[in-house]
Amino acid sequence: MATLAQAPGSGSAKPVKYKNPLAAEDAIAGWLFILPAILIIGTFIIFPIVLAFWVSLHQRDVVGSVDNWVGLANYQDILSDNADFWIAFRNTAWFSLGVVPTQTAVGLFLAVLANRKIRGKTFFRTAFYFPSISSSVVISMIFLWLYQNNGLINFIIRKVGLPTPKPPWLSNPKGVLEMLWTGIGWDSAPAWIAGPSVALLSIMMLNIWTTAGTMMVVFLAGLQDISGDVYEAASLDGATRRRQFFDITVPLLRPVILFVVTLGFIGTFQVFDQIYVMSAGGPAKTTTTLVFLIYTEGFKFGEGLGYASALAVVLFAIIFVLFLIQRRLVEKKD
Amino acid sequence: MAVATERLQRQAASADTGRRADAFDLTLQIVAYVVLVFVAILMFVPFAFSVATSFKTNPETLRLTLGNMFWPETWTTAAYTTVREANIGRWFLNSVIVAAIWVTARCAFGALAGYAFARMRFPGRDIVFLIFLSTMMVPGIVTIVPKFIILKDLGLLDTYGALTIPFLTDAFGIFLMKQFFESIPNELEEAARIDGASRFRMFFQIVLPNAMPALSALAIFSFQGSWNAFMEPLFYISSEDYFTLPLGLAMFRQANYTEWPAVMAAAVITTVPIAIFYIIFQRRFVASQTSAGIKG
Repeated sequence: MATLAQAPGSGSAKPVKYKNPLAAEDAIAGWLFILPAILIIGTFIIFPIVLAFWVSLHQRDVVGSVDNWVGLANYQDILSDNADFWIAFRNTAWFSLGVVPTQTAVGLFLAVLANRKIRGKTFFRTAFYFPSISSSVVISMIFLWLYQNNGLINFIIRKVGLPTPKPPWLSNPKGVLEMLWTGIGWDSAPAWIAGPSVALLSIMMLNIWTTAGTMMVVFLAGLQDISGDVYEAASLDGATRRRQFFDITVPLLRPVILFVVTLGFIGTFQVFDQIYVMSAGGPAKTTTTLVFLIYTEGFKFGEGLGYASALAVVLFAIIFVLFLIQRRLVEKKD
Repeated sequence: MAVATERLQRQAASADTGRRADAFDLTLQIVAYVVLVFVAILMFVPFAFSVATSFKTNPETLRLTLGNMFWPETWTTAAYTTVREANIGRWFLNSVIVAAIWVTARCAFGALAGYAFARMRFPGRDIVFLIFLSTMMVPGIVTIVPKFIILKDLGLLDTYGALTIPFLTDAFGIFLMKQFFESIPNELEEAARIDGASRFRMFFQIVLPNAMPALSALAIFSFQGSWNAFMEPLFYISSEDYFTLPLGLAMFRQANYTEWPAVMAAAVITTVPIAIFYIIFQRRFVASQTSAGIKG
């Protein structure tokens, strides 16, 4: 009952003695205050989460004319040997494994550079951050144009005198690592180490371009929290800058890095907009990611909404496992 | 005092290594500038190229030279006429309407619920807050198929309702506002309480006017979220009358496959409002994003 009297910042030396006259009012007013939130979040977030599991146990088309209980059949189909799920999972995993570490490393590198006494820090921050506030569709559209055979990227590559990929970037299904394996004379490398296709790699580079700036801004905020005295003391003790970076900066930024990497994996495992605009899952399904598969199966003449919902539940499970692994990592080191 | 003298001693001790460090510092400084300027150009070029393309003629886009890369040989606004005829005005208006609704509702409902969770005591408060908070852990994609079904059953598919109602508030905004209200002193509220003000009067007359910093951060987030939303509108909207800009842009491109100037003109029109917003509120954008983490 004494919440208000105890609330931080009440500031007065003598505690407020009277009973909180608002207690009775709050019991009703509190619920009125959160009522809109309960209605919206209840109807459009919490109820859908429950419904997702229910729908995933049905065979159901978009229109809703078919709606049959099928039990776990959707899950069996998804996890069966030749299902597209495995292709999508592999593509999504390559995407995440390529994008997240790179954007984090580039962001950290840029932040360390920008954390020096540099003129125009605000300008750099503004410029680097701009891609992440722009519409993902706009950026995908621009890069779609840049990646065309007669687009800007190939133009520059030709000017420098290097060969351009054939077929051009977004229509090239060749695995990047596969090209490396054949390069060193290993012709029978299995498909799962063929690596992302050139098309998927193109979209990965776009994602790194978009997010590295955000990472930089986040790291810059983290770096500015580290006191200069720590470095001063370390350099007096004869620590080289390299050692200072790895023994002071990185450990102190560890929570920020883990946070950013976790969010990075959660985000990249749900990549959709760029795929939809730039490659529509092709060529040869090499850019079909999990969320894009959910879209085609659910809404585009695929197996229907039940199957799509089951896919979403599986994706939820994957993301949850990733989250648990990362939490385990945090706890172990701490 | 003691700290200051200690620091002086340290500086004296490191003076002899100072000169070498200076040279090293200077090199590092130059490297930093070179890299940062290079990356800034890398960030800028795609946007500059798209603006330039939007003022070119169709054939000119196909023969790229060093000269016409960022400066069209023949300037034309034909691309803008094309997209205007494709009804981009309607999509722009839809985007503005949807953004206005998102921003207003998210600020209002976020502030109300955030305040209740921060300052009021009522039965069930903590459990409701915990449930709200845990929804932030669930990836958005999980709820999309069920949301589609719910919107369909409510008859909201392909209406403004599908673009707005599911997004009128979210756990993140409520959390942001709760954190803010917990961080400000409640002396004014106490004074108002002694004067016998009700919770509602207190909230509207005292709390809300003082919550501007947090509200503006939430407004920026909401504007950005609604302006760029693509996947859910794509699933819930099928008639062109309700397209927002990103949706219209994607559909326009599918219908006009090789008309790069027109596609880029639509991209420019989509980007300009948020760019202006960003330049005006630059500091707030960055601050709100870093304090709250990255969303989307």
